[in-house]
Amino acid sequence: MGLFDKFKRGLTKTVKILNTDVRDLFKSEGRLIDDEFLDEMRAILFKTDMGFVSAEEIVAEVAKNFRGRVVQLEDVVRTWKAKLGELMRQDASPIRFAASGPTVIMVCGVNGAGKTTSIAKLAAMFKSEGKSVLLGAGDTFRAAAVEQLTIWSQRLGTEIVTGDPGAHPASVAYRAVEQAVAKQIDVCIVDTAGRLQTQKNLMAELTKIQTSIRKLVPEAPHEVLLVLDATTGQNGVSQAANFTQSVDCTGIVLAKLDGTAKGGVVVAIRQQVGLPVKYVGVGEKAEDLALFQPEEFVDALFADIEAKAPGAAG
Amino acid sequence: MFEALQDGLSGAFKTLRGQGKLSESNMRDGLKLVERSLLEADVSFPVVRDFMKRITDESVGEAVLKSLNPSQQVVGVVYQALIDFMGPVDHSLHLKGKNELTVLMMCGLQGSGKTTTSGKLGRLLKAAGRSPLMVACDLQRPAAIDQLHIIGEQLDVPVFSDRTQKDPVAVTKAAQAHAKKIGADVLILDTAGRLHVDEALMEELKRVDRQAMPDQVLLVIDSMTGQDAVNSAKAFNDALELDGVILTKLDGDARGGAALSVKHVTGVPIKFIGVGEHLDALEEFHPDRMAGRILGQGDILTLVEKAQREFDQDEMLAQEERLKKGEFTLDDFRKQMGQISRLGPLQKVMGMIPGMGSLMKHLDDVDAEQGMKRMLGIVDSMTADEKRNPTKVIDQNRRRRIASGAGVEPHEVNELVKQFSAMSQVMTAMAGKGVKDRMKMVRELQTGAMSNPAGQLTRQKQSSGKRLSPQEKAKLKKQREKELRKRRRDGKGGK
Ligand SMILES: Nc1nc2c(ncn2[C@@H]2O[C@H](COP(=O)(O)OP(=O)(O)OP(=O)(O)O)[C@@H](O)[C@H]2O)c(=O)[nH]1
Ligand SMILES: Nc1nc2c(ncn2[C@@H]2O[C@H](COP(=O)(O)OP(=O)(O)OP(=O)(O)O)[C@@H](O)[C@H]2O)c(=O)[nH]1
Ligand SMILES: [Mg+2]
Ligand SMILES: [Mg+2]
Repeated sequence: MGLFDKFKRGLTKTVKILNTDVRDLFKSEGRLIDDEFLDEMRAILFKTDMGFVSAEEIVAEVAKNFRGRVVQLEDVVRTWKAKLGELMRQDASPIRFAASGPTVIMVCGVNGAGKTTSIAKLAAMFKSEGKSVLLGAGDTFRAAAVEQLTIWSQRLGTEIVTGDPGAHPASVAYRAVEQAVAKQIDVCIVDTAGRLQTQKNLMAELTKIQTSIRKLVPEAPHEVLLVLDATTGQNGVSQAANFTQSVDCTGIVLAKLDGTAKGGVVVAIRQQVGLPVKYVGVGEKAEDLALFQPEEFVDALFADIEAKAPGAAG
Repeated sequence: MFEALQDGLSGAFKTLRGQGKLSESNMRDGLKLVERSLLEADVSFPVVRDFMKRITDESVGEAVLKSLNPSQQVVGVVYQALIDFMGPVDHSLHLKGKNELTVLMMCGLQGSGKTTTSGKLGRLLKAAGRSPLMVACDLQRPAAIDQLHIIGEQLDVPVFSDRTQKDPVAVTKAAQAHAKKIGADVLILDTAGRLHVDEALMEELKRVDRQAMPDQVLLVIDSMTGQDAVNSAKAFNDALELDGVILTKLDGDARGGAALSVKHVTGVPIKFIGVGEHLDALEEFHPDRMAGRILGQGDILTLVEKAQREFDQDEMLAQEERLKKGEFTLDDFRKQMGQISRLGPLQKVMGMIPGMGSLMKHLDDVDAEQGMKRMLGIVDSMTADEKRNPTKVIDQNRRRRIASGAGVEPHEVNELVKQFSAMSQVMTAMAGKGVKDRMKMVRELQTGAMSNPAGQLTRQKQSSGKRLSPQEKAKLKKQREKELRKRRRDGKGGK
């Protein structure tokens, strides 16, 4: 199965929910775009977690173009897609590899978002590209966090650097990068403990981890990925804003997109923080990772509606 | 924890306020803002609509026409509706007798906090004199069994696991037998995280459910969850008939709208909230506190308006005059405190001050009221001269006398004087300034208080824990009366 298929599989349920709602809006051939219609539309958009501002922007766009007219579904959808595509536009930005020496990737995020699993998925992807991988077990706090990453490293056949429980994560990160350099490893991925963005000490600790990595390789970490749980609501914006302040985040891994959650908060994040999404997680297995592509994200979101658009009453 | 939602509502009511008599339509505008802030707080859209309908039904018409202070009335309605939506509460785990086995089953989406919360419940039960046994039913996530074992070791609570097993139903069965063997009376099943749309895994969960016949099925939900919270909660409830919900990670800035949505959609009570990664970070869920925090929301302008109505206007003017001259005495301080306590239960009043909400979390009403009484008692035990010039006049001897008069420790007198001098500086600086500048100063003052949350109020909580014997109390009362007589003789006591 290609990556895009997996990505779409993750989005299918999202699309299903969205589409049922959308088709409800068009019980007959066309509908008059009035306040009532706009309010129903608002409800549908809001359910994606894209946030008030983003949803309102789309509503405004539709209002501007269609108010007072009786329209067909595909006209409205085209406006939604254009607007969302515009909002989410970004470079197709996969990992930025180091010119020489190991590429260092630091992974951070709130508790339970899917950091460790996403690291396993990234490692599996790099391995499949023929790269050597070393994992740094920088979560020295949570019970069995080191064991969890160790099991993944064994399964995937990567190197791993661990510290004693309670060791400072910055020192573990330092040693991981040190070893990656010494052993001429291609990619070094550093795990960190989950932390809420409001915890000042823990956020400062994250900065320290980044600093200690830079002591060895000044241009590292080449990527700082924020793992975001796709079920997250508007708090995702606060997460993106605050993690970006503490470390130099380069992008988002949107995990758990295989559920019914739509992950729409990335739209709000994109708008308010500017952080792009790089990968999406669509399952618990090592291969359940796909590259995020904004056009496809938007296309996939509305694909079903378009297929059924002519005479879309459903 | 609900501060973000509070901010939103606070913004909404700012617009509701100050418009004189509200018409039906401009109340609707305010309600639109309430609706928006609920949505921004991640309350599910249909739930928001239900909620707003109820608020509108209750507020429009009669209330608007009759009410003299419509904005407050709307606040009241919203507050009550929030409580109703999140309640009634049931904190009990409905444990059976110690000679029987009570089974608790944890379930939920991946990473919501099931394993950690299992540990937290284990700790709670152990502290309550129970013998819990935690069971590692998560055979999926790498190192899930290790995680539970480590937590068990930290708590000294036994953990049952079988690393050779692939079927959680078999593990559950073996755990039930093991519990009998070791005399455990509560079984806590930590199941694997799963998506509510994963049919195979939901079926597996149902099989565990049938084997365990749990007395309580608890759904663990991440408080940062957005609109999807209702979907998953509903699916788990349909599959298992939940008995309770535990909302985790409320120690962050999540607006936590899921509390409202999940309760409304499933009807299942929220029992506990998780407020940290440590195993003691579990609290009972209180809808009134939650709603009170949602509304008692840093809404300092409400407090000011209320205060302005209730404060004696003449007294205010007189104080203002003295303040302008740079005078702010302990007498003024005492009067203000007295006025504040007239505004209502201290906790509510404090809750209206931004930043104080979280401080008040550490206190219950009784502590706070007592703290206030102690402060007043100290001031009352001072002579007029001491009140006018506390920093200069009060020496060690006087401090001791005042302390015994008020029935407190001498160092408390010291603290009060220190606080007072800090406050008097601010008060005199405030005199003659507009409301806006004042608010800014109060806010700055509070940020100071926040950065030292272990400061005055918590310390008082400790000291008020020292109970005096009846004899000691009688003795102190006598002394106080003597003081009082003496002060009356002095003639110029500020009372
Ligand atoms: N369905 C699904 N589950 C996922 C995905 N990514 C991670 N998970 C699951 O989510 C749970 C938490 O994942 P972890 O990788 O341990 O999360 P973490 O962010 O490292 O957690 P902490 O280190 O405790 O903060 C595990 O049960 C994972 O299997 C995904 O894309 N889809
Ligand atoms: N800040 C905070 N973190 C919490 C809280 N409860 C749990 N966590 C953290 O959330 C992460 C996930 O917790 P777990 O207990 O492993 O979650 P789980 O539901 O068992 O995860 P799976 O078994 O993978 O589905 C860990 O990092 C916990 O330390 C809480 O109340 N506050
Ligand atoms: Mg982890
Ligand atoms: Mg678990």
